[in-house]
Amino acid sequence: MTNSEKNRLKDKAFQVFGIFCTFIGLVVLAIFLIDIVIEGIGRIDWDFLTSLPSRRAARAGILTAWAGTLWILVLSALIAFPLGIAAGIYLEEYAKKTKLSDFLEINIANLAGVPSIIYGLLGLELFVRFMHLGPVLLVGALTLSLLILPIVIVTTREAIKAVPRTIRDGSFALGASKWQTVWNQVLPASFGGILTGVILALSRAVGEAAPLIVIGALAYVPFVPKTPMDEFTVLPIQIFNWTSRPQAAFLTNAAAAIIVLLLITFLLNGIAVYLRHRQQKKIKW
Amino acid sequence: MTKKHNKLEATNLDAFYGDFHALKNINVAMEEKAVTAFIGPSGCGKSTFLRTLNRMNDYIDGFRIQGQILLDDRDIYASNVRVDELRKEVGMVFQKPNPFPKTIFENVVYGLRIQGIKDKKVLQEACETSLRQTALWEEVKDKLDKSALALSGGQQQRLCIARALAISPSVILMDEPTSALDPISTAKIEDLIHELKQHYTIIIVTHNMQQAGRVSDHTAFFYMGELVEYAKTKTMFTSPKNERTQNYITGRFG
Repeated sequence: MTNSEKNRLKDKAFQVFGIFCTFIGLVVLAIFLIDIVIEGIGRIDWDFLTSLPSRRAARAGILTAWAGTLWILVLSALIAFPLGIAAGIYLEEYAKKTKLSDFLEINIANLAGVPSIIYGLLGLELFVRFMHLGPVLLVGALTLSLLILPIVIVTTREAIKAVPRTIRDGSFALGASKWQTVWNQVLPASFGGILTGVILALSRAVGEAAPLIVIGALAYVPFVPKTPMDEFTVLPIQIFNWTSRPQAAFLTNAAAAIIVLLLITFLLNGIAVYLRHRQQKKIKW
Repeated sequence: MTKKHNKLEATNLDAFYGDFHALKNINVAMEEKAVTAFIGPSGCGKSTFLRTLNRMNDYIDGFRIQGQILLDDRDIYASNVRVDELRKEVGMVFQKPNPFPKTIFENVVYGLRIQGIKDKKVLQEACETSLRQTALWEEVKDKLDKSALALSGGQQQRLCIARALAISPSVILMDEPTSALDPISTAKIEDLIHELKQHYTIIIVTHNMQQAGRVSDHTAFFYMGELVEYAKTKTMFTSPKNERTQNYITGRFG
């Protein structure tokens, strides 16, 4: 075999291997999805979505769970969005390159890797015990906001960094201050990217059970929360609770709840993909 | 002919990026309502010097200067000078056309909006005046609300000049304004420079020696952070005093 034949063979071999690697994740996900849908789709009806939890599987519904999830989603967005964007803008546009800013940068990257249950413990200590807020929606949202804040900051910085230097120069040269430049040029140009990052972070937060269980969110909440100071449950906790029951009927309930949770996260991801696509079409540097 | 007033004057100017000594003891005076060209090989300091004239280097970490730059006999690096006020007086046009991703109208009036001017009539008048000055009005008057990014490169650059003119500066700095343009667009910009020098002091950095010869009244040759020679353009191109200048303008290096 000549050298070039060998090289071509290696090339082919890697292609096959690459296809295998690409598909392995997708296939596993597909099998999981099909299994869940077969198990749970028949259970989803209006009653299931609008009923309160119950000890009897056939009467139990997920009203409180998805209502809690929506509450958490909105509250976390309201908290993490302004904080994360402001921090991202500060680090990218204002902070001078010093030892302190390097230190902050490394630690934000580290925070993104801290296990979510640790954030739960932090929330428990800080919000529930120290601030005496109790295991309420606001505490859940604050805890999850801390969890996604590093991701929001990092994506904000990436989006801001993608705005060309020349645009800032153009603005400065016309007498604009730093804030005017950020507000009139940098933010409008990077907003799509920032929003995409925030939504992806939120879709991660929506799937979290562990930190919320740690702060004391309950599986059994027989009412729909009306204010941020009400106790709550969320879909992942409900699912976790149902899958730990011995009766088969509860597993069916869990599968149905998983479908609803997946729909919510796919919807969020879909919005993110759409926004990114629109942004790319709108601005070509 | 009486000698014209010196609009800008640098005295014993040194500039540093961290430890790097980018400009070494520059002394030069630039005449009002005339075109001064800075030439020299890449990295010679000509762009750095240009950007000290409207303090665009302020935001670069580790940049500092020593010495003095006077604009109409006022020190622009004095502690009581506000950078935004300075930049209203000293406009700038960049190497690559950099229109904002906004409408043509919003591009032109951006500098005025930044100053808090909201009056529609004032903005519209300023927009038309500036676009006429850059010979762009007839080309774009029907699409002022369209994105500036849809214009051709040459039009974009003239838009950037119009944008700079809209806040009525007295000096315009141009950093290789035609290096990204085709020959026809370049010719239009050069014609424009001829027009503009009746009202504005223009300082242009260029890589293109012929361009310096065509558009400028005075030329400064920079090399390795030093101002090697500064003279009337005609004199410089016909009988340069310094050997390095001669080698550069005859194309022996660069």
